[in-house]
Amino acid sequence: MSASAMRERIQVVRHVVLGNPLNIVAFGLFLLILLVAILAPSLVPHDPLKTNPAHTLQGPSAEFWFGTDQLGRDIFARVMIATRLDLMIAFGAVTLSCLVGSIIGAMIGYWGGFWDGAVSRMVDVLMAFPLFVLALAMVAALGNTVANVVYATAVVNLPFYIRLARNEMRVRRGLGYVEAARVGGSGDWRILTRFLIPNMAAPLVIQASVNLGWAVLNAAGLSFLGLGVRAPTPEWGIMVAEGARFISSGQWWVAVFPGLALLIAVFVFNLMGDALRDILDPRMRT
Amino acid sequence: MTGIVLRLLSAIPTLFGVVLVTFLITRVLPGDPAVFFASNPSMTTQDIEAVRQSLGLDKPLPEQFLIYLGGLLHGDLGNSLSTGQKVVTEFANRLPASAELTFLAFFIAIGVSLPLGIAAALRPGSLIDHLSRVIATLGVSMPTFVTGLLLIFFFYFVLGVAPEPIGRLDPFMFEPDRVTGLYTIDALIAGDLELFAAALKQMILPAVTMALFALAPLTRMARASMLEVLGSEFIRTARASGLSRRKIIMTYAFRNALLPIVTTMGMTFSYMLGANVLVERVFSWPGVGAFAVDSIINLDYAPLQGFMLVMAGIFIVVNLTTDVVVALIDPRASR
Repeated sequence: MSASAMRERIQVVRHVVLGNPLNIVAFGLFLLILLVAILAPSLVPHDPLKTNPAHTLQGPSAEFWFGTDQLGRDIFARVMIATRLDLMIAFGAVTLSCLVGSIIGAMIGYWGGFWDGAVSRMVDVLMAFPLFVLALAMVAALGNTVANVVYATAVVNLPFYIRLARNEMRVRRGLGYVEAARVGGSGDWRILTRFLIPNMAAPLVIQASVNLGWAVLNAAGLSFLGLGVRAPTPEWGIMVAEGARFISSGQWWVAVFPGLALLIAVFVFNLMGDALRDILDPRMRT
Repeated sequence: MTGIVLRLLSAIPTLFGVVLVTFLITRVLPGDPAVFFASNPSMTTQDIEAVRQSLGLDKPLPEQFLIYLGGLLHGDLGNSLSTGQKVVTEFANRLPASAELTFLAFFIAIGVSLPLGIAAALRPGSLIDHLSRVIATLGVSMPTFVTGLLLIFFFYFVLGVAPEPIGRLDPFMFEPDRVTGLYTIDALIAGDLELFAAALKQMILPAVTMALFALAPLTRMARASMLEVLGSEFIRTARASGLSRRKIIMTYAFRNALLPIVTTMGMTFSYMLGANVLVERVFSWPGVGAFAVDSIINLDYAPLQGFMLVMAGIFIVVNLTTDVVVALIDPRASR
């Protein structure tokens, strides 16, 4: 990237970030969430796993900011500690499906032929299923572990990346610069890795960032139903599920605080996705 | 017309793939259904073997698939092990509950998102534009199970205006005579307005929960599509010709913006069908989604298979309908 192109890119970033106050809030909150994920164990005032029969189901107070749950555990500590696990599941799943999906998609898009037809049909079939239930069934089939939640979330997201990478590839492989590279003596491998894949990166990164919020929701939804992460591990979805039975009797804090944490995280990821889209691809701005 | 027929035929391989994948997934699920019966301690190994034979589980996979396919063609989805009922019967009882909820949610979402998206497109950068973006992003960020619980807390516990979230009807009321299976419609057919109001009341909170989630894609598409059309030349010509603002927006712009909106509606609807699993769970709604989750947890093959098949089938039908509607709205699209 030349110096002037770099300067132009920075100007776009500045325009997007400063042009919309919401984006500043989003970037700030994103940093805060990352910090919490990294530092939480040394920040929390109480042990997130320690039960205390003397203070069960107490409302928010100076001692317990978010109150305590049915076993007397500090909800604030649990919400903070859970951040890391929830983010790791989401980042892991999105990275996995983005990598695998774009490689498969790029290959079938570049070479076409039988595999293109076969994989595209499979993608059609996979997309016809209710994705959340498919993930649910996969976790049940593979076994109830955190790693399987990551795999299941990655698999149900694969079709989107395969489709996107394939279509990008089909459009780009006929373009002038590819022809020029071929005439210049570059082989398939060099054309793919040097010219085509770097040019496809922007739409894939946009898709991944938009996907991140959905991955958090998916993982929390699975554990809300009792699949994947298991109690007493602090995780937002489980905590909401545990608090759900106290909602109708007025002990709102047990479910609401982890729920809000989940909401804020997903909201921030979605805003970030929008901002990133504005920066990387101004044409897609809506 | 040939375009529509071709489109219909193109759904067949997908449908076959769906059946195959559904079959395979439920075969790799752990837990032998025959062992499920063996939780009864009086059963011996021979008995388990007998159960396995009666379920056809001792046969090779391809043969099992053919048997399954044969059953499907006769409308047989197998039996639920946990309820002992035919899966088709269970679905016939539960699908109307899910359908009624999803339809109401879908109409609420359309009713809010179209005006919002259009208003935002008419004044880009205005307060309403920012508001629509926040609402849409917030809507898609709300985990349905959290939104549902928050709504229950405020409207049931704090304000006391919503009924207890325990299913489709107050336990003291009798369900209406079954005509369509949709309680509100059946209550109207029976002429029982009190029952209609009660059924509707139970639906409002779960429907709003689902609608919030569907708002985002619809509002975004309505706004983007309207913006694009409003910037086109024929709108400029219409403006220059002195047509009224109302006529330009409603007749010329909206009709042309409708195409991508209809496509998004189709996508959103099928998405809602899958997402209602969590909403049904939170509101104890006796629909197919809650049933599917219970089946997964009980390792009960047949209902899960049936659920995936029915949902994928509905997805394909909704996609086909969308394509046909789009072709009818805009003949250019079917070429």
